[in-house]
Amino acid sequence: MKHLRLPVVLAASALVLTSCAGVGGKEDEGGGGESSAGSTPSGTLNVMGFSGEDEVAQSRIAAFKAAYPGVTVKNNKGDFDPQQFLTAVSSGNAPDVVYMARNLIGTYAAKGAIQPLDDCIKNNEIDTGQYREAAMNEVKLKDKTYGIPEFYTVTANLINAKALKSAGVQVSDIQTTDWDKLEQTAKKLYKAKNGRPARIGYDPRMPDFFPLWAMNNGAELVKPGGEPNLNDPKAVEALTFAIKLVQDQGGWSNFKTFRDTFDIFGEKNQFTQDQLGVMPIENWYVNVLRDARKNGLELASTPFTDRQGQQISTLGGSAWVVPKGAKNFDAACKWAKTLTSVETWHKAAEARMQTVAKDKSFFTGLFTGNKVADEEIKTKYLKPTGDAGFDQAIENYYSALDKAKSLNPSAAGAEIEAAWKNAVGKALGGTATPQAALDQAQTEAKAAFDKASQG
Amino acid sequence: MTATVEQVATDGQAEPVRRGRRPQRSPLARQEDRAGWMFVAPWVIGFLVFTAGPMIASLVLSFTDYQMIQAPQSVGLDNYRELFNDPRVLKSLSNTFVYAAMFVPLGTIFALVLAMMLMRVGKAGGFFRTAFYLPEMTPAVAAGAMFLLLLNGQQGLVNKVLGWVGINGPNWTTDPNWLKPSLAMVSLWTLGGTVVIYLAALNGVPKQLYEAADLDGAGPLTKFFRITVPMISGALFFTVITNTIAAMQMFDQAYTMFYGPQQKASASEESLVYMVYLFQNAFQFFKMGFASAMAWLLFVIILLITFLQFRIGNRYVYYHGER
Repeated sequence: MKHLRLPVVLAASALVLTSCAGVGGKEDEGGGGESSAGSTPSGTLNVMGFSGEDEVAQSRIAAFKAAYPGVTVKNNKGDFDPQQFLTAVSSGNAPDVVYMARNLIGTYAAKGAIQPLDDCIKNNEIDTGQYREAAMNEVKLKDKTYGIPEFYTVTANLINAKALKSAGVQVSDIQTTDWDKLEQTAKKLYKAKNGRPARIGYDPRMPDFFPLWAMNNGAELVKPGGEPNLNDPKAVEALTFAIKLVQDQGGWSNFKTFRDTFDIFGEKNQFTQDQLGVMPIENWYVNVLRDARKNGLELASTPFTDRQGQQISTLGGSAWVVPKGAKNFDAACKWAKTLTSVETWHKAAEARMQTVAKDKSFFTGLFTGNKVADEEIKTKYLKPTGDAGFDQAIENYYSALDKAKSLNPSAAGAEIEAAWKNAVGKALGGTATPQAALDQAQTEAKAAFDKASQG
Repeated sequence: MTATVEQVATDGQAEPVRRGRRPQRSPLARQEDRAGWMFVAPWVIGFLVFTAGPMIASLVLSFTDYQMIQAPQSVGLDNYRELFNDPRVLKSLSNTFVYAAMFVPLGTIFALVLAMMLMRVGKAGGFFRTAFYLPEMTPAVAAGAMFLLLLNGQQGLVNKVLGWVGINGPNWTTDPNWLKPSLAMVSLWTLGGTVVIYLAALNGVPKQLYEAADLDGAGPLTKFFRITVPMISGALFFTVITNTIAAMQMFDQAYTMFYGPQQKASASEESLVYMVYLFQNAFQFFKMGFASAMAWLLFVIILLITFLQFRIGNRYVYYHGER
């Protein structure tokens, strides 16, 4: 067997090495490092999760490069991918700065995948007062700040005015305060052909918008400490109503099948094709609809309100975070600060205005996590578009900015989200009642939260 | 081979054990040994690095709470206990079994029919063989996205074609009752490899068997069940086993169609196959230890199914005309 010795030793070595690989086990707290307002970062800055293709992104990248010419920016373009991110961090190849949705931050912070930025904020004199409070709330966990807010998305009702005219419905009838009236309006706008939907009257955007409907009915799905509250009676009531809306308009299977045929980003979208009357949707969609006007789009808009008639909105958006093990902490801090500062947002707005002028289009607003920047840009650049429907939509989004609320951050944020989405899916599909589905979701989410809180 | 020789003395007393010497190997033989090892080394190293190593690592991780960022903490059998307490494990497992029960027989029949048709197309056979194999080369994500359009209940091509013959097709991708059948249908798209195996097996059936059957007055069905099926039973058995394993590990199409970035919010629990749930636990919920335990449970289940298939299949499989 002597002749087998070398291969066996090689194989055993490889086995030991691969067994160790991926197990990680590094106990270092990672990252950290010095960063101050006066420091000059250098070296390479590896960015992850930032597609950065349009003029708003490019102008801000250019602003950073101009301010810190000693830093080489390597942007691994593409949307945030949890698998890519986690494997990079656990294998010791963490990027320096990552662009991720703010609703993920609680989970990643609780697991230790991202670093607190309190020192970065303090040493670099980042004025957190310039950011919207709701956005800052999303990037905090247990009094530590883990992200610098970037974009900000809010919701309002967008309306196909032609559909309203054909059904004899007034724009003022599109409201979410009186549920019975909304149901009647949706039925009026709904059209069927051969037993299948030909036009959805009001799309409540389930299951994604369940938190908005829960908020509409006064329920808070995640308590301030991060504990789930999914089977709150008001949440169950909201889900029951939203499902009723769907059932009135063909039932979930037909409804979703028809909705899947919408060309949401095309010029021949669901509004121009008269496939949809109304839907609540985020502010970015106004930009998409701008190009659909030449196909006959007549847009109208109303605010999304709670049952007391007050405008409400859920909150979405992104933030810059620094992962554990980031090698260029100083440059990462400067990047997050620079890309979200008032001055840089002005450069982005200028770039957007140039594009708008080139396309002979109009400006629909820039909605960032920076309140100061938003107000200055609105004052300086936002003018009447010449289309009353678009003007109303833009105004509704701007008025939602200070009223929007996010789900409270939680150490089990990912599990809570998965639990309610699964529950809403089951209730919509008819395999469970809203009460039973949300009860089960609450049990699962609570177990995950208890476990995460112990950690 | 090294031999151990125990010599027994004529008086019945055992002599001390004496190890036999290995016969002296010639320099040429040793050189051939080294060359042999060099040739197999890439595979051996690849196996150790990419298969055995990660398998052992995942076995170790399955006994830990490993969230990918901090070092794993030993939790004993907790992850395995949780497998039996998590209702979604059972649900995803039952979904996967149902899917496999639809896909494997359907895939076998479908591939066999295609292979038999290919046997009869003559000169155009090369073109069709390539055409049927091409989907194997298509990324599963692209196929999944394409089938979402084709299977749309209202405007999809599949239901339009069914409509021509008076059938009102279902909502394949949104009706919870049709999600698993639609996944099985999508998986038929990638049967090119199975078709090629059947084609090779069909070409290997001796023509004289059919001639003899013709002389005896056997009809097409008799010839199929008495000659073709037994003679290609080895290939059938092989593909049934490999397709069963693939079905139990189904991920790409289910993920693309129902859990990808555009679809995840609309996913029904009826489309949750085991590997998707494993992936969610690993990368969405940071439960890599639990996901590793799930992987080992699936490994054991596949092992048992394969063992049963061998026990049952060997009774019906002919190798070179004999059982």
